[in-house]
Amino acid sequence: MAINYFYPEFEVIRDKEKCIHCGLCVSECANQVHSYKADGKQLTVDDAKCVNCHRCVCVCPSRALKISKSNHNFKYNANWTRRTITEIYSQAETGGVLLSSMGNPKDMPVYWDKILINASQVTNPSIDPLREPMETKVFLGSKPTAIQRDENGKIINNMPPHIALDVPILFSAMSYGSISLNAHASLANAAVELGTCYNAGEGGLHEDFYQYRGNTIIQVASGRFGVHKEYLEAGAAIEIKMGQGAKPGIGGHLPGNKIVGDVSKTRMIPEGSDAISPAPHHDIYSIEDLRQLVYSLKEATDYKKPIIVKVAAVHNIASIASGIARSGADIIALDGFRGGTGAAPTRIRDNVGIPIELALASVDERLREEGIRGNVSLIAGGSLRNSADVVKAIALGADAVYIATSALIALGCHLCRGCHSGTCNWGIATQNPELIARLDPEEGRQRLVNLVSAWTHEIKEMMGGMGINSIEALTGNRLMLRGIGLNSKELEVLGIMHAGE
Amino acid sequence: MNINALGTYFQELNKIIKNSVEEDLVISNCMGQRYLGCGLSDGKLKIYGVPGNALGAYLDGAAITVHGNAQDSIGDTMNEGTIYIHGSCGDTPGYAMRGGKIFIKGNAGYRAGIHMKSYQDKSPVLIIGGDAGSFLGEYQAGGRIVVLGLNSKSNCPVGYFCGTGMHGGKIYLRCKELPSSLPDQVNASLAGKEDLREIEADIELFCREFGFAKSGILDHPFYVLTPNTKNPYRQMYVHC
Repeated sequence: MAINYFYPEFEVIRDKEKCIHCGLCVSECANQVHSYKADGKQLTVDDAKCVNCHRCVCVCPSRALKISKSNHNFKYNANWTRRTITEIYSQAETGGVLLSSMGNPKDMPVYWDKILINASQVTNPSIDPLREPMETKVFLGSKPTAIQRDENGKIINNMPPHIALDVPILFSAMSYGSISLNAHASLANAAVELGTCYNAGEGGLHEDFYQYRGNTIIQVASGRFGVHKEYLEAGAAIEIKMGQGAKPGIGGHLPGNKIVGDVSKTRMIPEGSDAISPAPHHDIYSIEDLRQLVYSLKEATDYKKPIIVKVAAVHNIASIASGIARSGADIIALDGFRGGTGAAPTRIRDNVGIPIELALASVDERLREEGIRGNVSLIAGGSLRNSADVVKAIALGADAVYIATSALIALGCHLCRGCHSGTCNWGIATQNPELIARLDPEEGRQRLVNLVSAWTHEIKEMMGGMGINSIEALTGNRLMLRGIGLNSKELEVLGIMHAGE
Repeated sequence: MNINALGTYFQELNKIIKNSVEEDLVISNCMGQRYLGCGLSDGKLKIYGVPGNALGAYLDGAAITVHGNAQDSIGDTMNEGTIYIHGSCGDTPGYAMRGGKIFIKGNAGYRAGIHMKSYQDKSPVLIIGGDAGSFLGEYQAGGRIVVLGLNSKSNCPVGYFCGTGMHGGKIYLRCKELPSSLPDQVNASLAGKEDLREIEADIELFCREFGFAKSGILDHPFYVLTPNTKNPYRQMYVHC
């Protein structure tokens, strides 16, 4: 039956007058959209293979290419959209669970865009960050509840382990395997230069990256890939991955065809074998069980590393966070439902979890109410797109933020959402050596450093405008925020007033 | 060195173990102290009493012997070394272990050997002398799990959902009857000589430590469970 034929979603438009037949588009497209006709001179395209990643458009020396969304569509229907219909065709054909890459693209409320930031006028003058020092350093970890003194009255250092960051922005977990070695190298080197941390994800740590130990967060997930003593000691902090914003309640699964070469070596599993991280840690069914894993990691590393517990933002996240804050964990990483992923079941990604803005506000509020906010630092992630989002997250209660999609975009990602294909033309979500070579780790490092430095300067300017000169004075400072176009319930959950109030 | 663990908090006890320069340590009066021998790379640790959860987690080469029962999560993510339990243990022994050997004289609780994996020259072994609870070898990706069912009252010494999601390694069950419901991912067959040869040396270690006769154990039918694919969920997805 021909009903499974979809007219391609994108059309590759070639300006024949501009095209110089150089063939760069042919060699650059790993999806094989472009090819020479039989005569070996004329170029042709197969629109159906195009994922709209813009690689050919960007490299075309004569600017002869553009990608256009096809205007061929089903009869207009606000309810039954093209996407909905083609998904049904696809599932009717295969019986498969729909799988997607990157964060939730649906038109859902983005609360960052409905929050406004304060500034000083006349009284409480603003601070000029070009002239006056602004502190962007943050320390993540548990804070002691009381000062202890020895018999001579001297203060005993009872400070639990911390990670010190020069900027309140960390690179969120992306495993080697889901992204390329050069992407990892870019992130690691940028983290070193910026004085922050990148997160190696749950796929183990490649031997080349043990040198960045002070700037690396390593993960322990349910599959325990690549976890051994030396690995645990190689991180500035250890993150227990309980959940991920893009797929709350769902585990990770790197298919065997991606477990090749160094990826197999780093994960410490044989080539071709699936890497399955089920949704639950099957040894953790309670906060007490979580505490056991937290402490076994602390014991294994002599209490020298802060332990992060990463959870997806779900409905009862405040209670969950309250439990985690009592588990001995030093840091909680909250991941909102717009967070990215290499692959997630589409229905889960698009329908499960809650926005980070609401989760963060309710967690910070609950921990304060219970008097345990000092037990943990909070890292917020799940689609922070610019420096204003960062400022708003910090004012809502975050000590620092995780970014990943923004970082990948800085590295050249064009958000085509084709990560699962393994043919990422930008050398990011691929293990194909030819494609990986397109991402120069040195250039990648510089672009990430540029991005975070620019954001940091913007953050300083916004803080200066509010008359605040340190991140720590902004953390949880919700008086600096006002809502716009939000209903009273939303304002209540966010713990902010409406603009004009 | 002898350590009397009575009334000693686990952090203190672990500190003594870690800071000890002696190769052989004996802990007596152990009363549920957790994380003993966590990440230990060498030496011998002999424990009298009942150690608490996560005994020998991330173990990296040391040898631990427990004269008594053990609790949950022994040898969690163990990389190398041996653990002998002269008794029974709780849930999740050998979770995600990648190397080394765990021998349990008696029974094991739920989820024994789940996520067990092998890598290059590392191939972990978990031998349970008595019965094992449900979810044995769930998501197993490598290594060998052996359940002997010695003194077992049931016809099959494992609980429900044995080998769910298994995609590597082998499970040996010493019994005449297979578990009542095996998941789709698992093939079951009677063990042949070749299969038994793979575990013979480890059975010998088990017998020597716990005082059993090897012949009595091996002269009995074994079933072997193996995964039918190393990519169990390959067909499950369609990209959109």
